[in-house]
Amino acid sequence: MDIRLSGVSHSYDDFEVLRDISLEIPSGRIVCIVGPSGCGKSTLLRFIGGLEQPTQGKVLQIGTPPQDCLNPLTYIFQDFALLPWRSVRGNISLVLEDHGIRGARADAIIQDVLTRTKLSDFAKALPKQLSGGMKQRVAIARALAVNPAVMLMDEPLSALDSQTRELLMDDLISLWSRTPFTAVYVTHNLAEAVRLGHSIVVMSRRPGEIREVVHLDKPLDQRQYGDADLEEQQKYLWQLMREEARAADAELVHV
Amino acid sequence: MSDPKMSDPNHQSSSPAPRQVTFRGGGFAPASHRWIGVAVFAILFALAELGTRQGWISPLTLPLPSDVLGTFGELYASGLLWAHLSVSLTRLLVGAALGASLGIAVGVMIGLFSYVRAGLVPLTAALFPIPKIALLPLFVIWFGIDEGSKYALIAFGTFTPTVVATYGAVDNVDRSLIRMGQSFNLSWFSIVRKIVLPGAMPGILSGLRISLAIAIILLVAAEMLGAEYGIGAYILEAGSLYDLERLFAGVAILSLLGVAVSSVIGIVERRLLDWR
Repeated sequence: MDIRLSGVSHSYDDFEVLRDISLEIPSGRIVCIVGPSGCGKSTLLRFIGGLEQPTQGKVLQIGTPPQDCLNPLTYIFQDFALLPWRSVRGNISLVLEDHGIRGARADAIIQDVLTRTKLSDFAKALPKQLSGGMKQRVAIARALAVNPAVMLMDEPLSALDSQTRELLMDDLISLWSRTPFTAVYVTHNLAEAVRLGHSIVVMSRRPGEIREVVHLDKPLDQRQYGDADLEEQQKYLWQLMREEARAADAELVHV
Repeated sequence: MSDPKMSDPNHQSSSPAPRQVTFRGGGFAPASHRWIGVAVFAILFALAELGTRQGWISPLTLPLPSDVLGTFGELYASGLLWAHLSVSLTRLLVGAALGASLGIAVGVMIGLFSYVRAGLVPLTAALFPIPKIALLPLFVIWFGIDEGSKYALIAFGTFTPTVVATYGAVDNVDRSLIRMGQSFNLSWFSIVRKIVLPGAMPGILSGLRISLAIAIILLVAAEMLGAEYGIGAYILEAGSLYDLERLFAGVAILSLLGVAVSSVIGIVERRLLDWR
């Protein structure tokens, strides 16, 4: 299933946030969206998953999601959004219960996603007992449980320390290599973008417009921490963003 | 600064003796010292006993604590304690259960629906400050002089604080969790049952602490009219006869009831909120 954005613009009252975004998200690829803070990249992601509506333009699904897909557009949030009163297992079964999946069928799915995210030993733990990296892995397991057609990741690693971030990036790459998924990955971290993105959409500051789309051809599993060509790409992206980021930083926050 | 003379009072530089950094991070961290509470009670009782026995507290001001204990013993031995306690507990239980459950239901509705909020929040604000005791005669007319008016008074008294605590608690549920529920296509009912209600539980329980204390306060008021038995009736009767021993015995029972209710809520909190 592909996603197409055509002419998406958005403003809150007379405050313009996004201007004329058209973008194609092809199946089986990871599209990273980078941009200075406040450029509307998270808002854009909320449009894609239907959590907010743009004032203009359309978000289209092209093709039908696979049969066994319970929730085609599935988010992974920056703050993990785990229910603190449910165990790891309970947090995953939460998203299955509404589809009538209980008992042995649910157990099988939960077992599978916990194995894939290396959490099998922690099924009974409560979120308060887990480190940030583990919490995000639970959130990833929860997303995998509904077999999404497109994963919408909103700064998923931004709340983690840099070592944990590296580990989780490796996890994401190995997950993708085993079964390629479609993802829109919003981040302000250029290192994450060049490691995980098949294409990187660079946005300008508010009102957010697409400045450039950079394609990276190097296969994900061959990208390593500190690769010279990735560093080169990252430098190039930073060149594109530098002035915008500086200007965005000097703006007043709109509340 | 390079002056080698040690006797020079202005000379500071050549390393003075190392001093330990003073610790200043203490306090502001409540710890549990259970027995101190008991000790405070014991000391107060001992002082009152000593004072009344030696005469620097007149017997008109305060009864002898040992006499109060004796009265309590008589009450227990005559079987009247249970007669009073059982009717009072029933009134408390029925009234508070009615008021609290209605209050939680209305509070959740206010938290969930903006029309209900717009309509009922001002009404709650108008009802909250009414001294419920003042309405007792009205309740007697509406619900009868029997148990009905007593249940109604206690229920009404617990209702308003429960509503306010509950909708505050629902408002405070983490919006990002609700957003998460929507993003996984959970039904509205599932979101309310699995995300909003458990998320509001801490606030609801701490609201109940206050509501149930108010219920105990209102118990005495409810038993002002048409009550033969009941702790409140017992206290009021003792009060009108200036029988301080019995008055204090009754008040002590209410205090114990308060402690019991509060510790029951403590137990419920520990069981339901162990995720915090």
